[in-house]
Amino acid sequence: MASPSYDKQNPAFFALLAALIFMAIGPIFLMLVNSFKLDVDIISGTSGLLFLPTIQNYETALCDILWYELEHLDYCSLKFGQSFINSLIIALVSTVLTLVIGCMAAYALVRFRFMGRDVASVSTLMVRMVPPAVLLVPVFGLWNNEFCIDKTTMVGEWIRDTFGGRGDVCLAGTYSGIILIYVAMNLPFVIWILQSFIVQVPRQLEEAAKMDGANPFQVFFLVVLPLIKPGLAAAAIFTFRIAWNEYLLASALSDRDTKTVPILIVNNMSEFNVEWGVIMATGMLLAIPPIIFTLLASRQIITGMTAGAVKG
Amino acid sequence: MKTATLNRLTPYIFMAPAALIMIIALLYPLGYMIYGSFRAWDPSQTLSETEFVGLKNYISLLNDPNFHESLAVTLKFAFVVVSIEMVLGVGLALLLDRNIRGMSILRTLFILPMMIAPVVVGLMWRYMYHPTVGTFNRFLKSIGLDGVDWLGQHALMSVIIADIWQWTPFIFILSLAALQSLPSSALEASRIDGATGWQQIWHIKLPLMMPVLIVTCLLRLIDAFKVLEVILVMTEGGPGLSTEILALRISRTATEFRELGTAAAMSNYLLILLMLLTASMFAYTKFQEARAARLAAHAKEDD
Repeated sequence: MASPSYDKQNPAFFALLAALIFMAIGPIFLMLVNSFKLDVDIISGTSGLLFLPTIQNYETALCDILWYELEHLDYCSLKFGQSFINSLIIALVSTVLTLVIGCMAAYALVRFRFMGRDVASVSTLMVRMVPPAVLLVPVFGLWNNEFCIDKTTMVGEWIRDTFGGRGDVCLAGTYSGIILIYVAMNLPFVIWILQSFIVQVPRQLEEAAKMDGANPFQVFFLVVLPLIKPGLAAAAIFTFRIAWNEYLLASALSDRDTKTVPILIVNNMSEFNVEWGVIMATGMLLAIPPIIFTLLASRQIITGMTAGAVKG
Repeated sequence: MKTATLNRLTPYIFMAPAALIMIIALLYPLGYMIYGSFRAWDPSQTLSETEFVGLKNYISLLNDPNFHESLAVTLKFAFVVVSIEMVLGVGLALLLDRNIRGMSILRTLFILPMMIAPVVVGLMWRYMYHPTVGTFNRFLKSIGLDGVDWLGQHALMSVIIADIWQWTPFIFILSLAALQSLPSSALEASRIDGATGWQQIWHIKLPLMMPVLIVTCLLRLIDAFKVLEVILVMTEGGPGLSTEILALRISRTATEFRELGTAAAMSNYLLILLMLLTASMFAYTKFQEARAARLAAHAKEDD
């Protein structure tokens, strides 16, 4: 594929290439530049690229977790710092859980014939198309009213006493509530992607390990998993991206203390007077992890995407 | 003996956690929603306390002009977006399918718009479309033209442009992958027969790419019906209902108007639509596989 010799260089193609690159990253670059500008500079618009960069916007956004006092700020009203921590916890935990549970299921679907296999594999494919907006309604109702522990039972009482509060203990508003729905939402995709990687693992390797006396779990964890690392990387990036970026379900399920970054961004956008600089800084902070993943692992991402479409 | 039992149970043990989670958090909620769509349901109640109303939620939606409007906006958005993206994406792939320096950089940077949060994409475009401080109007004014009311009068078009920016790369990358996996023998043969570039594209490349293109198109169409956050941040569905796509209307009916029964019925309409698309995608893939198998069988007989 990657042959060192290139075709004859045609300047027109370079122009097109440059224009496309400019279009793809222009808006992102604009956000980056604006996040280092004061609101006065953004609104006056005379400065363009000539301005004094400041990290004040980032400080304002993260004021609740900074260890030093800010001079330009009397009161820390935006609690982005805490929501960054929430986002990180939720995205990391759901990514790890989805991967572990998903690769086991994918292995079972590829390597074993068992009762209910066809049902499992078809329903996995079908639930892939369910949009978050459709899940919103039932999940909102269930997490708030049905998936609860009655406050009069022993466990409910214990949780009440430990964490405080008045009503029943419900899944809504907790980290676990959001993580559960993210894991469930991502599982079908992860199972599907990993299946196409597990199929390629040579069976003889597994047979050989079995001959040497390994049990099925050792075969899976010690022989198969190391061989599908690229697949795991792709699946991890896609899962993390969805859990990190998701807004709708998080906004319905979180409470004051478990809000994630996208929720705060949307809330601050809909207010009348938008503080562009600060909003751009938070947008940039939210965009940085996916940008880093893309630059480090674009090949895995493209593999994941193509595997999705080509092996429909 | 013990190992035999273990071996028999293995697939179930591997499958159990995933099955359990998907049943609790996907299938049960979906069933719950279908059940709830036949009831007068608001968020403060458990479903058992609600009143059964039959098909009322579904029928009142059919008579609701706002729902019609929202459905029309959704269909318009999805079809316009997907057709423009297909033409642009496939066109660029055909144009850039050559071994030039800088291609891998383009491919890497092209994924960025898809990877960053939809909320952030909405935020960037809302800034660029801003009537006074926005990039576009500033540029128009600097060359002496009047500013455009991007997110007012032309909101739907502006939202469509943002989506094209974000998702054309997806089509581009998939069609490029498809192009590069075409059998070189077919291209070689046509070149020897003296086919021009255009003839090659029309008679060889596009027909051979068709299976991948159709699946890509359907995948993108399904995703276009799911778009919500970008539009929410840019316009909040407004002005009026001009950009209120179905997903947005469902979430507002549920959280703002607190009519879960109606929202559930609406979700079911959307699900039926998506189910049809998904089913046609599977049917098409199965059809292709069957045809490939038949061709292979023929080839064997000929030998």
